[in-house]
Amino acid sequence: MSGHSVEEIRRETRVYILVFVALAVLTLVTVGVSYLHLSFGAAVGLALFIASIKGSLVAAFFMHLISERRLVYAVLILTMIFFVALILLPLGGYHDRLG
Amino acid sequence: MQIPYTVEPRPDTGLYNAKLGVWLFLASEVMLFGALFSALILLRTGATSWPHGYEVLNVPLATINTMVLITSSVSMVMSWAALRLGDFGKYRKWMGLTFLLGLIFMVIKTIEYAAKFEHHLYPSHDNFMATYFTLTGLHGLHVLGGMIVIAYLLGPGSKMWMTEPERYTNRVEVIGLYWHFVDLVWIFLFPTLYLL
Amino acid sequence: MSASEEQAVGAQDHAAEHHELPFWQRYIFSQDHKVIGLQYAFTALCFLLFGFCLMLIMRWQLAFPGRPVPIIGGLLGSANAPGGIMLPEFYNQLGAMHGTIMVFLAVVPLLVGAYGNYLVPLQIGAPDMAFPKLNMASYWCYLPGGLIMLASFFVPGGAANSGWTSYPPLSNIATSGQTWWLVGMIFLITSSLLGSVNFIVTIFQLRAEGLDFMRLPMFVWSQLVTSFLLLLAFPPLEAAGILQLMDRVAGTSFFMPSGLVVSGEVLEVAGGGNPLLWQHLFWFLAHPEVYVLILPAMGIVAEIIANNTRKPLWGYRPMVYSAVFLGFMSFIVWAHHMFLTGMGTAISSFFQTTTMIISVPSVVILSALLISLWGGSIRFNTPMLFALAFLPMFGIGGLTGLPLGLAPSDIHLHDTYYVIGHFHYVVAPGTIFAIFAGIYYWFPKITGRQMSERLGKLHFWPSLIFMNGIFMPMFVQGLAGVSRRLYDGGAQYSHAQGVLHWNAFMSMSAFGLLVAQIPFIINLFVSIRWGVKVGSNPWDATTLEWVAAPSPPVAHGNFPELPVVTRGPYEYSPPESDESFLPQNAVA
Repeated sequence: MSGHSVEEIRRETRVYILVFVALAVLTLVTVGVSYLHLSFGAAVGLALFIASIKGSLVAAFFMHLISERRLVYAVLILTMIFFVALILLPLGGYHDRLG
Repeated sequence: MQIPYTVEPRPDTGLYNAKLGVWLFLASEVMLFGALFSALILLRTGATSWPHGYEVLNVPLATINTMVLITSSVSMVMSWAALRLGDFGKYRKWMGLTFLLGLIFMVIKTIEYAAKFEHHLYPSHDNFMATYFTLTGLHGLHVLGGMIVIAYLLGPGSKMWMTEPERYTNRVEVIGLYWHFVDLVWIFLFPTLYLL
Repeated sequence: MSASEEQAVGAQDHAAEHHELPFWQRYIFSQDHKVIGLQYAFTALCFLLFGFCLMLIMRWQLAFPGRPVPIIGGLLGSANAPGGIMLPEFYNQLGAMHGTIMVFLAVVPLLVGAYGNYLVPLQIGAPDMAFPKLNMASYWCYLPGGLIMLASFFVPGGAANSGWTSYPPLSNIATSGQTWWLVGMIFLITSSLLGSVNFIVTIFQLRAEGLDFMRLPMFVWSQLVTSFLLLLAFPPLEAAGILQLMDRVAGTSFFMPSGLVVSGEVLEVAGGGNPLLWQHLFWFLAHPEVYVLILPAMGIVAEIIANNTRKPLWGYRPMVYSAVFLGFMSFIVWAHHMFLTGMGTAISSFFQTTTMIISVPSVVILSALLISLWGGSIRFNTPMLFALAFLPMFGIGGLTGLPLGLAPSDIHLHDTYYVIGHFHYVVAPGTIFAIFAGIYYWFPKITGRQMSERLGKLHFWPSLIFMNGIFMPMFVQGLAGVSRRLYDGGAQYSHAQGVLHWNAFMSMSAFGLLVAQIPFIINLFVSIRWGVKVGSNPWDATTLEWVAAPSPPVAHGNFPELPVVTRGPYEYSPPESDESFLPQNAVA
């Protein structure tokens, strides 16, 4: 990646600024939404949705995952599968229990 | 005998050693914070009462802290970009700013903690305070760890720029990836703890 | 890294001049993977012996409850064993620490820290691990972690006594030894994390030219899968450890349910916690950990079987795919340890199904190893004997696991001696036999000398007999319903009376096993000095550590020049050639 040309790096820095603006706006949006006191389900859904967008922006541009090598993707996909299992299966055990 | 691919990427993976290393480390960090989030979800689901974060915690202060951390992420990528353009002076400014923002984040965090302690809200108060202190505390330790590495890269570690500029740039990329990850964790911590 | 680079530069500048490091950099804070591997090996073997001794004290108590422990009874301290008669609290400490030490301080460090460190770079033709400094740091996190565990025996209330699983709320209210346990575990987890990152990067990045993935020796594959398990499964236990530490130190209630009554008093905690949360997070690690204990052992056995049958492994590719699939599945079977926690039928069906699925790749690997023997001209040397014994022992361990993976039978067998018998067959005559096989097999690599075959056989046969003498009766006791955690071995339960006599038999076998290790210990130390000198490839093996490097290998760099790989790992008795084997780097 360090082999990129000067123009490309300059263009990347402009993207960084745009991402920053988007992150700042989304932060204000998510805080603003919390003052509406939506129903708990809707609030969780919306907050996590916004957080996911913000997280994706950071991962895609700041961590330049948008153009990364296959091996890194493979490692992260594997991790995400186990991450989901770690979140969902204990919860499944909680909801499906005897007595 | 020299260890290969410490600087240049290996052709078939397209990565240099430290970059694969840091991504693997971050994968394990995903599982660490994933387990804590899993704990939070399970505890909250099973709780008879659980306060809304905004009733107990200081949302404006946390919003400022979110902005601080996001800004520090930008200054981090800017420093890396400056280094790739060969502008070491500019790099130092951006990286210095990143360190400063990390410090501001920690100071605000300390103010927040102090306010909680003043109201006798300790981790033992209830499971909400317990998760709040544990998760933000662990996140704070990650910020602190990042700051130590940044200080090293700006201080004694910067000599490498003179001898092996490419390897130094790689190091900045690697600490950058870690720093953005810490930012990313906060992006999820902020709404789950403060806004819900 | 800079230090090794300096050496690299040094080596190029004055090729003939040997660059000597000071003693402490060469042997103590070494960054050479071989020295670190040996550090791990020595430390972990000491812990293995120590963990074994803890078990012997327990076995005395089980066989002869209430009788003073002979010889060392007076040394146990009056707080633990007044007059040499063991107290139940001390028995619990021994049980918890035997499990912890054997799993986290002995077997895993041997398989990964010692074998992995020493062999992986050599087998893939790399000059060292990718991050030598991290490698050093990994050992220096492991050792303090181990010492903290040992030190905890001397704190008030003694060491951790809530079992190696440390289930809350019991562990939350246990004596201070539990806090030491948690701190020790955090050190060990950090060590393991540093190691696993290093292994994965090394295997992906530093493979020799021409060594593509389908040419990797099985041992390297097993280390790769193992490293992923450690990397992704350990952090949840670290998280759980942090939460339990908070519970114990900061008074939180992550694992403390509301209204918990201890000794007739309601505990003054906020409550609202979930003890099952610990079990989920603990077994999220501990089930993959089971495969960490067995995969590298399978790798070692595969190497030795291929070498001593003088023919290629039967089904190399299926074995590789099975190992990878095994690793993947091991993440989603964990709650089969929790059938008795009141799980509903849907979620327990899920875990029963995944558990049955995961037995398939294990069977594939075992069958492939078994079929590999067919038609081979087998050399029955000591490493091969241990490797061969591994197959039926692991087979018994694996097959006895099936009833535990199904909820209906598990309800009867849960927490009985049957469980102890099951997993000890996997780990003790299974993995530990593989470790012994590996020691006899790679000893010439490390020292340039061979261990005595006669003493080796004197070690093998009694070990095999006594191992079975210890663990086979456990199935009998377990099926009769004897619980695994009884201080008197079940003496006060009427349902245990019919199988109680086995306790003395098992304990005698355990002492016999101790005696059977004496020839090994003598062999190990005597052979370092006086073993028969051998060439660099005494077993006529094909893999790079034997064919491209001298024995012992060159310090810092391993190979005189980096090898280029031209063929697969097990080209024994090739039909197209007159040679009895073709090295991986043989010119095509």
